[in-house]
Amino acid sequence: MSTGPLLSVTDLRVAFATEGGTLQAVDGVSFDLRPGEVLAIVGESGSGKSVTAQTLIGLTRSKNARIEGSVKLAGEELTTAGDVDLRRLRGERIAMVFQDPMTSFNPVYRIGNQIVEAIRAHQPDASKQQARTRVMELFEAVGIPDAEQRVDDYPHEFSGGMRQRAMIAMALALEPEVLIADEPTTALDVTIQAQILRLLEQLNRERNLATILITHDLGVVAEIADRVLVMYAGKVVEQGTLDEIFYDPQHPYTWGLLGSLTRIDRPRPERLPQIAGQPPSLLDLPEGCPFRPRCPHEFSKCPQYPGLEARLPEAAGHCDRCWLTPEEKRAKRLVEGQIGLEAPSR
Amino acid sequence: MTRFVVRRLVGMVAVLFAVSVIVFVVFMVLPKQNPAQSLAGKNATPLLVENIEEEWGFNESLPHQYLTMMEKVFTGGLVQYEPRIPVDDEIVKRIPATFSLTIGAAAIWLFFGLLLGYLSAVRAGGWLDRILTGVSIAGISIPVFLLAPVLIYVFANQLEIFPNGQYVPFSEDPWEWANHLILPWVTLAALSIGFYSRVLRTNMLDAMDEDYVRTARAKGLSERHVMTRHVLRNSLIPVVTLFGLDFGATIAGTAIITEAIYDLDGVGFYAALAVEKFELPQIMGVTLYGAFFVVLMNTLVDVFYAYLDPRVRLGEAASE
Repeated sequence: MSTGPLLSVTDLRVAFATEGGTLQAVDGVSFDLRPGEVLAIVGESGSGKSVTAQTLIGLTRSKNARIEGSVKLAGEELTTAGDVDLRRLRGERIAMVFQDPMTSFNPVYRIGNQIVEAIRAHQPDASKQQARTRVMELFEAVGIPDAEQRVDDYPHEFSGGMRQRAMIAMALALEPEVLIADEPTTALDVTIQAQILRLLEQLNRERNLATILITHDLGVVAEIADRVLVMYAGKVVEQGTLDEIFYDPQHPYTWGLLGSLTRIDRPRPERLPQIAGQPPSLLDLPEGCPFRPRCPHEFSKCPQYPGLEARLPEAAGHCDRCWLTPEEKRAKRLVEGQIGLEAPSR
Repeated sequence: MTRFVVRRLVGMVAVLFAVSVIVFVVFMVLPKQNPAQSLAGKNATPLLVENIEEEWGFNESLPHQYLTMMEKVFTGGLVQYEPRIPVDDEIVKRIPATFSLTIGAAAIWLFFGLLLGYLSAVRAGGWLDRILTGVSIAGISIPVFLLAPVLIYVFANQLEIFPNGQYVPFSEDPWEWANHLILPWVTLAALSIGFYSRVLRTNMLDAMDEDYVRTARAKGLSERHVMTRHVLRNSLIPVVTLFGLDFGATIAGTAIITEAIYDLDGVGFYAALAVEKFELPQIMGVTLYGAFFVVLMNTLVDVFYAYLDPRVRLGEAASE
């Protein structure tokens, strides 16, 4: 059995034609996902992380979208796959869980029926009764009590956490190889977030389910990810293993993200740290590094954008896009003894 | 659900009671003129007026007068005097024509409104959408009093495909019944076809942006399945409301111009004549008839609404 990647994304570019011009939402993203691996894609709103995820299964296809590059699932190209082929693998080989479980179920159908619908779309021979039994098994697997009663409930009769569990049950219905979770915990309470992350971790472990976790929350990443991609303005600015990203971050944007995590093991700061400024408009990107206007460490080389390269001799898989030398980075990323991004002097 | 239906029916009776009180106050209590005089008609003899005063108990207390009126309404005592003709007979006699016109037209406008709206939404931005948009706007813009004469001129007078209006009872000749009604149906439906297709198109385009539609695609449903089971199904909910109100109002008398132009002796036509001559018994009868159907359709819409959208049922349970 080959140990090659399950999902291989190469130089993926997604552009949308808008009234204000062409918007390059995803600009040359590449990554591999191995069986059983949890890959986190991290970034602010508008960084292109959700568009990347949705493009993997063709959800961004439309008249005004231009998709280039390659997405291969076990060697099969998806960006050029026909609608019918693509539909067949949605749910069955790559399943997706969305951010807001309130609005991601159709309010007028019973939850059980919506999952049955997914099963029967791929297994037309399955009887309603068989599909229903399967739903109850899934409910138990994701920790929804009283499965027998709850299958006939409507979405509004579920709590937010239960709805997200049901969403995950739906994603698991056809035993996919890849699960894409797009901000799966963002709309939930903190305690429920932890439960959902536990569940995703458990599924990943027990079913060897390769998972792509899209989030803006590094706290979530720290819980379950194996590898991390940090995205900014449509590009990957840093990638590495969880430890590399958390303990040896190379890109100032990553420092900023780490610095803005609230930590309960440290004294409470007067103001919660944040990255100054706003992400740039994708229609009006600055020349060179797009993080430049927000970066306190900007210098003469920044008007040129560096490639995503490994800059540390000891870690070949740890790549970033920053001109600073590793020594400079090690010195500059410390703010009051912790990793962070100092406030800009301007 | 049973409980929901019962509550709606009770509500319906309450609304009808309120309507009857308003009718009583507006026609019997508020006018300065002696109501007996109004009921009797313009050229009534003093003797007739006196008899009516006696019959309706206008010397008694107001609640007593109200009860007398309601008794007359329910027992067929609401009559046109000189010549003495019961109003309910006159209305019932005209109901087949009005129902044939309105139910037929409603079926046509609902079918074509939804069909055109669906096609327009699925092909949004394409040439089919543009053509259908033009057709819809034309349907909405052309007034009935213009459309009807044009249809009569072209299809009845020139091409002689369809007869020029008039009503043939279904029981006499179903074929002629339909043949005579086609032009009136089209006339009455044209505006609503345009309007409904626009409303459905807008609703569907909104629904297509919903998260649950993306979920439906992500689980691998076919595009047609997504459109019908998820987008269309949820977009129908507002259309049902609209249809209930419009259909009730059409039965209650908005078909009046169509009935007049095509010489269909329906309830709307009867109401128009009554208002023209200010014949109080007929006006009262038609008002109550109209109110009944508007309220009935509203109730049916509410019940159907709860069937379509389970959250409505929940709201009802929560308010108990």
